[in-house]
Amino acid sequence: GRDSALFRLNRLPARHFSAAAIPAPNTQPDVHYNKLFINNQWHDAVSGKTFPTINPATGEVICQVAEADEADVEKAVKAARDAFRLGSPWRRMDASHRGLLLNRLANAIERDAAYLAELETLDNGKPYAVSYTVDIPNVVKCLRYYAGWADKWEGKTIPIDGDYFCYTRHEPIGVCGQIIPWNFPLLMQAWKLGPALATGNTVVMKVAEQTPLTALYVASLIKEVGFPEGVVNILPGMGPSAGAAIARHMDVDKVAFTGSTEVGHLIQQASGSSNLKKVTLELGGKSPNIILSDDAVEQSHFALFFNQGQCCCAGSRTFVQADIYDEFVERSVERAKRRVVGNPFDLKTEQGPQVDQEQFNKILGYVSSGKREGAKLMCGGGVAADRGYFIQPTVFGDVQDNMTIAREEIFGPVMQIFKFKTVEEVLTRANDTKYGLAAAVFTKDIDKANYVSSGLRAGTVWINCYDVFGAQAPFGGYKASGTGRELGEYGLDNYTEVKTVTIKVPQKNS
Amino acid sequence: VQTNTYYNGFHLYFSEGKHPNMNSQQQSGNGCNHQGPNQNHKLETVELPEMQVLPMPIPDPPIQYTKLFINNEWHESCRGGKIPVYNPATGKLLCEVEEADNEDVDKAVRSARAAFEMGSLWRSMDASDRGQLLTRLADLVERDRLLLATLEALDSGKVFLMAYFVDLMATIKTLRYYGGWADKIHGKTIPVDGEYFTYTRHEPIGVCGQIIPWNFPVMMFAWKIAPALCCGNTVVIKPAEQTPLSALHMAALIKEAGFPPGVVNVVPGYGQTAGCAISHHMDIDKVAFTGSTAVGKLIQKAAGDSNLKRVTLELGGKNPNIVFADCDLEYAVEQAHSGLFFNQGQCCLAGSRVFVEEPIYKEFVRRSVEKAKSKVLGNPLLPGVDQGPQIDQKQFDKIMELIESGKREGATLECGGAVWGHPGLFIQPTVFSNVTDDMRIAKEEIFGPVQQIMCFRSVHEVIQRANTTHYGLAAGVFTSDIDKALTVSSALQAGMVWVNCYNAMSAQCPFGGFKMSGNGRELGEYALQEYTEVKAVTIKISQKNS
Repeated sequence: GRDSALFRLNRLPARHFSAAAIPAPNTQPDVHYNKLFINNQWHDAVSGKTFPTINPATGEVICQVAEADEADVEKAVKAARDAFRLGSPWRRMDASHRGLLLNRLANAIERDAAYLAELETLDNGKPYAVSYTVDIPNVVKCLRYYAGWADKWEGKTIPIDGDYFCYTRHEPIGVCGQIIPWNFPLLMQAWKLGPALATGNTVVMKVAEQTPLTALYVASLIKEVGFPEGVVNILPGMGPSAGAAIARHMDVDKVAFTGSTEVGHLIQQASGSSNLKKVTLELGGKSPNIILSDDAVEQSHFALFFNQGQCCCAGSRTFVQADIYDEFVERSVERAKRRVVGNPFDLKTEQGPQVDQEQFNKILGYVSSGKREGAKLMCGGGVAADRGYFIQPTVFGDVQDNMTIAREEIFGPVMQIFKFKTVEEVLTRANDTKYGLAAAVFTKDIDKANYVSSGLRAGTVWINCYDVFGAQAPFGGYKASGTGRELGEYGLDNYTEVKTVTIKVPQKNS
Repeated sequence: VQTNTYYNGFHLYFSEGKHPNMNSQQQSGNGCNHQGPNQNHKLETVELPEMQVLPMPIPDPPIQYTKLFINNEWHESCRGGKIPVYNPATGKLLCEVEEADNEDVDKAVRSARAAFEMGSLWRSMDASDRGQLLTRLADLVERDRLLLATLEALDSGKVFLMAYFVDLMATIKTLRYYGGWADKIHGKTIPVDGEYFTYTRHEPIGVCGQIIPWNFPVMMFAWKIAPALCCGNTVVIKPAEQTPLSALHMAALIKEAGFPPGVVNVVPGYGQTAGCAISHHMDIDKVAFTGSTAVGKLIQKAAGDSNLKRVTLELGGKNPNIVFADCDLEYAVEQAHSGLFFNQGQCCLAGSRVFVEEPIYKEFVRRSVEKAKSKVLGNPLLPGVDQGPQIDQKQFDKIMELIESGKREGATLECGGAVWGHPGLFIQPTVFSNVTDDMRIAKEEIFGPVQQIMCFRSVHEVIQRANTTHYGLAAGVFTSDIDKALTVSSALQAGMVWVNCYNAMSAQCPFGGFKMSGNGRELGEYALQEYTEVKAVTIKISQKNS
C-alpha cells in the first residue's frame, strides 16, 4: 500500500470495510447545519454574528457559520447544567443505556460515513481517501470503545481500618468544556465525547473556526440517536472569545483542550483565576523518531507527512544513525519528491492543502528560517499550487539541535533529519526539548528497543512503527505536551470524580 | 423499587399491571428506552397498559433448526439418535432434534480446536472485532426476539411475556455487555526486582465445554458464550435435552453474525452421554456447568479423572430470604412471593426459605397465601397467565414427592399442594408455614412453586439458621435499619445478597455460589477471569529505570 502504517491505523476486517471499496466522493457535499447546537436545538448567535468557513484547497468560502461568543457559552453552560441536575433523565439513565446511545451514535456515523468524509475533506483539506479510511473508522471505533466502558467503570469497596464499610463511587465531574482543534475535527470530537459521555458528564464543546461543519452534522446525529437535551452542546467560535469564555467560566467543572502549547498555558491560567476547574491538555510536540535500522524510510516519511504534517505527534525530529544516514536522507528525499500533492478529492492524492492562510504562512516562515540558519534544503520548500494553501513536501538534512526548525513545532510537511553516533547521545538529544508527546525507535535489537523506549520522556513510544493509535491505548504528553491522558481506560479518569462513602457498622467481619 | 433489572421489571409488570418499560419511564421521567434500540415501538405508546399492545407470540412458529451445529454447518448425529422435544404445557411432541453422542462431541471439539489454532481467523482477529461480533449477535437476537421468546415458551413452558421481557432482554444485554469488554481485558506491566521487564497477557484458555440447563435456556446460553467469546475462546456447548430449540436458533444467528466456523459448536444431547463426553474430554481446556449440585460433583470428578481441565460450576441453592419486622411489609411479601414463584419456582436463586420475624409472621403468611392463591395458571402463551407447567414429568414427580414429605413431616399446608388441570405438568402454587429447619422441604432444593415460611426471633439466630446449609448461592434481607442490613448481608454465606429487593440481577453484577452452590463467578468483570489464562512474560533488559 501507499502508506503501510496508514492502513494499520485502520485494520478493520474486509467485511466491515475495504480500502479498495472507497466510494467515489461527491466533491460538493451539501451543508445542512451551520448554527449553534444548544439543548438539542439550532440557535443563531446571540450577537447575530457569523463567520465564513473556507475550503483550503481553493480559498473559497463554503458557507457562513453562526459565531458563538460569551453570551452563547452562557446559554450552553446553562443547558448542560440543567441536563446534569440530580434527577434529570441523563443522571437517572442506566449506565448501559448511556453506552447504548454511544453505540447508536457510532452506527449513525458509520451509516453516513461517505458524507462525513466528504464534508471533512471539503472543510479541512485532508485527502478524502484518508478521511474515509482513517478518520471516520477511528471515530466509530472510539465511540464503540467508550460505549462499552459506560457500565464497566467500577468503583471499589475498600477494607479500611475500624468498624466501617467503605466504598467508592465513580461519579461524573459535571459540565465539561471541550475545545478541539482543526487537524482531525471528527476524530478529536469523538476522543472528547466518548469518555465524557460514557462517564455521564454533560458537554459544551467549542469546535475550531476553521473546521466547524462535521461537528455540527454529528450534533444532528446526537439528537437523532436520542441523547437528552443539553447533554451535548456544540459551539463554533473563536478561541479568544468563545474558548476563553469556557476556560474562565465559573460553572464549568472541567475543561479539556487540544491545541497549541501556547494556548494550553492560557487555559491553565484561566482555570487558576476562575474556579479551579479540572484541566486536561493535549498540546504540541517535537517528537523524536530514532532510526537505528535501515528499513524505516517509509515509516519515517509517513510519521512526518501524514495529514499534511498537521499532527501534534508528527515525527518532526528524525534522528538517523551515522552509518546509514546518507542513504536514509537520499531515500527520504526521493520518497518526498514522489509524494502526490493535489486535489484532496482525487483518490490518488496523498497530500492536500494546509488548513488556512495563517498556517500556510507560518510554515513557509519556518522553511525560510531553516535555510537561513544553515540547514540543508534537500527538496521542496516552496508553494505547490497557484491557489489554495498547498506546500511542497520539504526535507531538511544536516539539521542542528539549536536551529529553530529543530526546536519549534512547524505543523507542516517539513521533515528535519539529524545525524547521531551513539544510543546514549541520541537519547539525551531526543529528550532535550520542552515537549514530550510521542517518540519512536526503529531497531531489531531487543536490548536497544527496551533501553531507548524506557529512557524516552514521552507519553507514547512506538517501536518499529509510528502513529499506531488504538482507542484502547492511552495518549497524552509528558512535560509541556500536556496534562492527563485521552483514550483507553486512562481516559475515564479525566472525566471522573471519585467519591468515598464510609458507613459506620456495628461490627466488621472479613 | 428497582425497575432496571431483569426480574423486577417483570414483577412490576405482573404485580401492577403495567409494562415494566413504562414504569422505568415514570421513574426517570425522560421517556428513554431502557429496553434496547430496536424493540417493538408499539410498546412505547401511551396505550401501554392495554393488553392489545403487548407483544404476542408467533402462532405456530416454524422450527427451522433441529440438527447439530458444528463448524458453522448443520450435521446429523453420527449414530443417528434423535431427541423428542415436547411442549410441557400440552405434552405434545414439538419436533425431534439430532442427538449428540461421543463421536459428535469429538467432531465438535476438533472443530473448536481448529478454530483456536495459532494464526486462525479467530486468534488473529482484533479484540474489538470480537466485541463487534457479539454486539451484532445482540442486534440479531433483538431482531428475532419475538420468535425466540415464542420458541422458549413453547419448549420450556415458561410464560411467553416473561420470556420476552426477562429472558430475551437479559440475553441481549449480556451479549452487549461482553461485546464491550472484548478490548478492555487488560494485562499489566509489573515492576519486578532485577534487570527485567515483565508484563502479563490475558490469553483465552482454549476450547471450552459448556453445559447449560433448561430453566433459562437462551439466557444461560448467552451467560456462557458471551464471556467465553469475548476473551477469545472457542466453545462446544450442550443445551439441555428438554430445551434445545432456542440454542439452535442462536447457532444460526452466530453464523449470520459472522463468527468464523468452529468458534461456537452447539450439540444438544443428554447429560450421561454428551455431557459426560465433554467433561471427560482430553482436549477440552475448560468446562463450565450450570445445573444440579449432584451433577456438579460428577463434572468436578471428571476433570480430575481426565486432564485437570478448569472447572466452573453454578449449582443449586436453598436460599434464605430474611424479613425483619421493620420492613415495608406489603413490598416484602410481594418480593418474597416473586422471589420464589418466578419461573414456576425453577430457579437456582429461588428464595425457598423465607425467614420472617415473629411479630409479623402470621400476617406475612396470610398475605403470602393470598398472593399465591391469586396466581393464574394456564397456557403460557396466553396473556394474563402467570404460571406455566413444570418442565417435565421427572421434575413434576420430584416436586409432588417433596410436597408430600412436607405434609408428612408436619409443616402446615396453607394452600395448593396439588396438581392443577389436565393435561400438562401444572402444580398449584403452594405455601407451607410452620416449617422447621430439619424438614426435607427446608433442606432440599425443590425447584418448584412451593414456598416455605419459617419464623425467627433474633438477628443472631436467623444468621445461624440461614447459613446452616450446604448451599450458598443467594440471600435476601428486608429491613429499613441500615445496621441490620449491613450486619446480615456481611454475615450471610452467599454469592449474592439482596437488600430490600430480590432477584435484582444485571449483566454487570457477578453471580455465583459459596460452598456447594458452585465455583467461580459468571457475569460482570469477574467472569472474565474464568475464561482467561494469565501469561507472565519476562524479558531480560540491559538496564532498568523507573
